[in-house]
Amino acid sequence: MENTNDALHIEPAWLGEVEKETGIGVSACYQCKKCTNGCPVTFAMDIYPDQVIRLVQMGQKERVLSCSTIWVCSACETCTTRCPNGVDVAGVMDYLKETAVRRGADIPQSNTYTFHRTFLDEIRKLGRISEAGLIRNYMLKSGVLRKRLQDGSLIGDLLLGWSMFKKGRMNLLPKKIKARGEISKILK
Amino acid sequence: MRKVSYYPGCSLEGTARDYSESIHAVCRELGIDLEELEDWNCCGATAAHSIDHEASIELAGRNLTIAASKGQDLVVPCPLCFNRLKTAEKARSFYNQKTGILDLADFMSRDDILDLIESRVTRPLSGIKAVCYYGCMSSRPPGITDAAACENPTSMDRIMDRLGAEVIPWSYKTDCCGASHVIARQDIVLELVKRLYAKADAAGANCIVVSCQMCQANLDMYQEKICRKFETEYYLPIIYFTEMIGLAMAHRGVKTWFSRHFVEPDRLLAEAGLV
Repeated sequence: MENTNDALHIEPAWLGEVEKETGIGVSACYQCKKCTNGCPVTFAMDIYPDQVIRLVQMGQKERVLSCSTIWVCSACETCTTRCPNGVDVAGVMDYLKETAVRRGADIPQSNTYTFHRTFLDEIRKLGRISEAGLIRNYMLKSGVLRKRLQDGSLIGDLLLGWSMFKKGRMNLLPKKIKARGEISKILK
Repeated sequence: MRKVSYYPGCSLEGTARDYSESIHAVCRELGIDLEELEDWNCCGATAAHSIDHEASIELAGRNLTIAASKGQDLVVPCPLCFNRLKTAEKARSFYNQKTGILDLADFMSRDDILDLIESRVTRPLSGIKAVCYYGCMSSRPPGITDAAACENPTSMDRIMDRLGAEVIPWSYKTDCCGASHVIARQDIVLELVKRLYAKADAAGANCIVVSCQMCQANLDMYQEKICRKFETEYYLPIIYFTEMIGLAMAHRGVKTWFSRHFVEPDRLLAEAGLV
């Protein structure tokens, strides 16, 4: 019988795959929820960190890869630090983000993903990050620039940028490193 | 003269210019020679470890390869860079440093440097009631950072104590500020930082001392916006510990560093009698 309900679609082999690729013992989790209780950003998540881990254990791949939580995680490492079973929860979140990108479907927190992608593009170009260039290119690529132009909120961003410039906290002449060839090999 | 290798990280060439200036000024005064790694590259930061694990190790690792040839400790002011370099060191044996990778605040709070700092204090920071805010990355996870007390770091507390400030204990030393979420999910940062202000204020602090340029930016640049959004009123200057060392040494650069802040410390200094 074919089941089209993603929530019930289970890939039992996935847990082993995740553990093998990350070296993280996800199956050691016994759901004490210490990760979720210490997490500072649960208020912005659609499912809790302990549920992410449980769903990985259960092979609910599609459901985990399409959740917002993995992108809302701020990588503060509190969960990883406190887990009594040594599960690197934040490391699992990273693995899931990378897997979600690789599978090609829509990313629920697309601006966060666009920010990361733009960040890596900037490193590829310069070898370092120029914050001014990063923000400008992020706003162009994500469509945030157009949206803020339309709703009139761009003025706030411009004023902040101007203040940063006046205070000498914005570097408009980014330094390029010499070894950019090496960097672009790393970031293929 | 004590010599160490130095990896500044990208922010110190931009938004954290005040951090960079105060580090160089203070270290010069203390006889610490910071040798910047030649042609260093971005550590990859949150972006790389989020969507390209392999690159996150190799980007950080390239800097370790450069550092290894120097045969001296590598000091890192940015906690995120520090964390990424330590991660690379532990992930690949060929990046393994025979010398240490050190968080700047940890390095500066070693006993001998503390004594040195104290000996240079000409204007004790009485009237400064500080909570030290460490953020995430110099502490967690301890398997990566080798932090001695990851839930209760004390490096900046010990430095501030030697500077003559009143150091106030609080429970939010290592709570997250939301970091780079400030760009794509600013709502998350505003919520987290609002809580930090409230807790610092409740503890009786009149400023927040930091060692992370991401924390500084998030707590300093949006203070007015957060107060407006949540209808609160806080005046909490967000000051780097190196700026505080400079202030206690009566360093002439202090005025310039502080002019780069959004929440200008003038009123705090006047109230504390430090002008």
